[in-house]
Amino acid sequence: MSAYKNDQTNDASNRALSSLDRSNLDLKTPDKTYLDSNELIINMGPQHPATHGVLRVILKLDGEKVLGTECVIGYLHRGVEKIAENRTYTMFAPYVDRMDYCAAVSNGLGYCEAVEKLMNVEAPPRAQYIRVILTELQRIASHQLWLGTHALDIGAMTPLFYTFRDREEILKIFEKYCGARLTTHAFRIGGCQYETYAGFEKDVKNFLTFFAPKIDEYEALLTTNRIWLERTKNVGVISGADCIALGVTGPVLRASGVKWDLRKAQPYAAYSKFDFEIPTGENGDTYDRYLVRMQEMRQSMRIVEQAVDAIPEGPIMGKVPKVIKPPVGEIYHSIEAPKGELGYFIVSDGSTQPYRLRVRPPSFVNLQALDLMVRGLLVADVIAVIGTIDIVLGEVDR
Amino acid sequence: MPWTSPMVEKYRRQYGSGLDAQTYLGQNYLAVNRSLIPDILRLLRDEEQFDYCVDITAVHYPKREKQFDVVWILYSFPRNERVRVKTQIADGASIPSSVSIWPTANWLEREVYDMFGITFDGHPDLKRILLPDGWKGHPLRKDYGILQQDKEWVQINLGIESGQ
Repeated sequence: MSAYKNDQTNDASNRALSSLDRSNLDLKTPDKTYLDSNELIINMGPQHPATHGVLRVILKLDGEKVLGTECVIGYLHRGVEKIAENRTYTMFAPYVDRMDYCAAVSNGLGYCEAVEKLMNVEAPPRAQYIRVILTELQRIASHQLWLGTHALDIGAMTPLFYTFRDREEILKIFEKYCGARLTTHAFRIGGCQYETYAGFEKDVKNFLTFFAPKIDEYEALLTTNRIWLERTKNVGVISGADCIALGVTGPVLRASGVKWDLRKAQPYAAYSKFDFEIPTGENGDTYDRYLVRMQEMRQSMRIVEQAVDAIPEGPIMGKVPKVIKPPVGEIYHSIEAPKGELGYFIVSDGSTQPYRLRVRPPSFVNLQALDLMVRGLLVADVIAVIGTIDIVLGEVDR
Repeated sequence: MPWTSPMVEKYRRQYGSGLDAQTYLGQNYLAVNRSLIPDILRLLRDEEQFDYCVDITAVHYPKREKQFDVVWILYSFPRNERVRVKTQIADGASIPSSVSIWPTANWLEREVYDMFGITFDGHPDLKRILLPDGWKGHPLRKDYGILQQDKEWVQINLGIESGQ
């Protein structure tokens, strides 16, 4: 057994070396070496607390300086797209919650809307409003989780306790609504799984009054904190043009100055009815991405505030047949998930199971920009940049 | 339903029957011949401002002569518009890579290669991305069963009988 283990380690490091020699990393002309240090190749992860899951990054270092990286992913691959081809449309709905498990409600919204579009039905207005409220609460929860863990990675421990304490209140609302806290399966194709419980509106409003001062609290801890500024300003800079070329979406794109949000660009659900702004940054560095996400939480609160006062009466399910059987055809539908553009491409052959279901995961595409963002930085900054891209490995690997 | 727009007219004049423009449920797509592939993608980016490659994926139709549909989903920031480009290729045939057009295609093409076994010519580093390097088979092909796995790989690398 031990011999086998040795073989495996050698094999792995050899593979790391051979894959790093490839020309795509453009390492033929390394930057000037300082301190006479030799180039060093190390593995960060897959078991590492600051890679937010099982992400392995092979780093090529000159001393502390990063010359190049290569991501090795797939440790959490479950074959979601293959499973979809072997399940009915209804049976597959809970699976999407397990991709970005920090924002299960958003995944469910994208999937249900894509299938609805394929069948050419629409959820009734009441369901649309409930969907918006829950999705925006989920966005806040996702950003809170991001903030807590990102700050912890950089060395600020307090925000973790603050954000998890407050995220709990959102999860309580989810639990009361549908019985689950994380993998909610809150929506159904054609509407919502459940009617709101008595006191739902009151709970949501209570949360808004509870949470408004809490964001100020987070900002008081970090926004002008000198250590935070030193660790995040001008770290992991990416320009708007590079973001577009690399397909990066979500807060990362907006922090680079591109004012683009699918909720405004191609409104879905009931978003066209609400008044909100798209926060953007200027420098495209880690600090701007932090500011953008803080602003997004405030904007999400604005949307929830408007929506909760105006939930229309009516049914929560549209006219959807008991057996979901979309006509032959294909559809691509995407939503603005907390991490970026989450798309579903579904090909139907007229049966009860999707012929092909493709998920366009924001985390997977955004992670590709890591290499560009960390070149020339220090090892400690790699941690900060992985955190600031906000990846969830369940979604990267699917 | 056929899709008509000035852009489509222009390309139809240029390429004739090699290109078919359709719209379904309000979404436009171009079905083009395999031979037009690098040109039409480049034109869409350079002339029509489709500057964002949202996704690249494939669909397997084992009963067809040309077994695979390769699909590019594009978006244009200036026009706020989406378009899909589709082409059919045979099993074992390769297709020109679009990494030089959109750098984001790098990982997306690697995933298509990993899942379907379609090779992209000119890709800087075409290798598996989600499955391990030594894995045999391409799971999203229709002839790959849902319980199927590379037993040999599992036994050698994980030291267990089966991953199921």
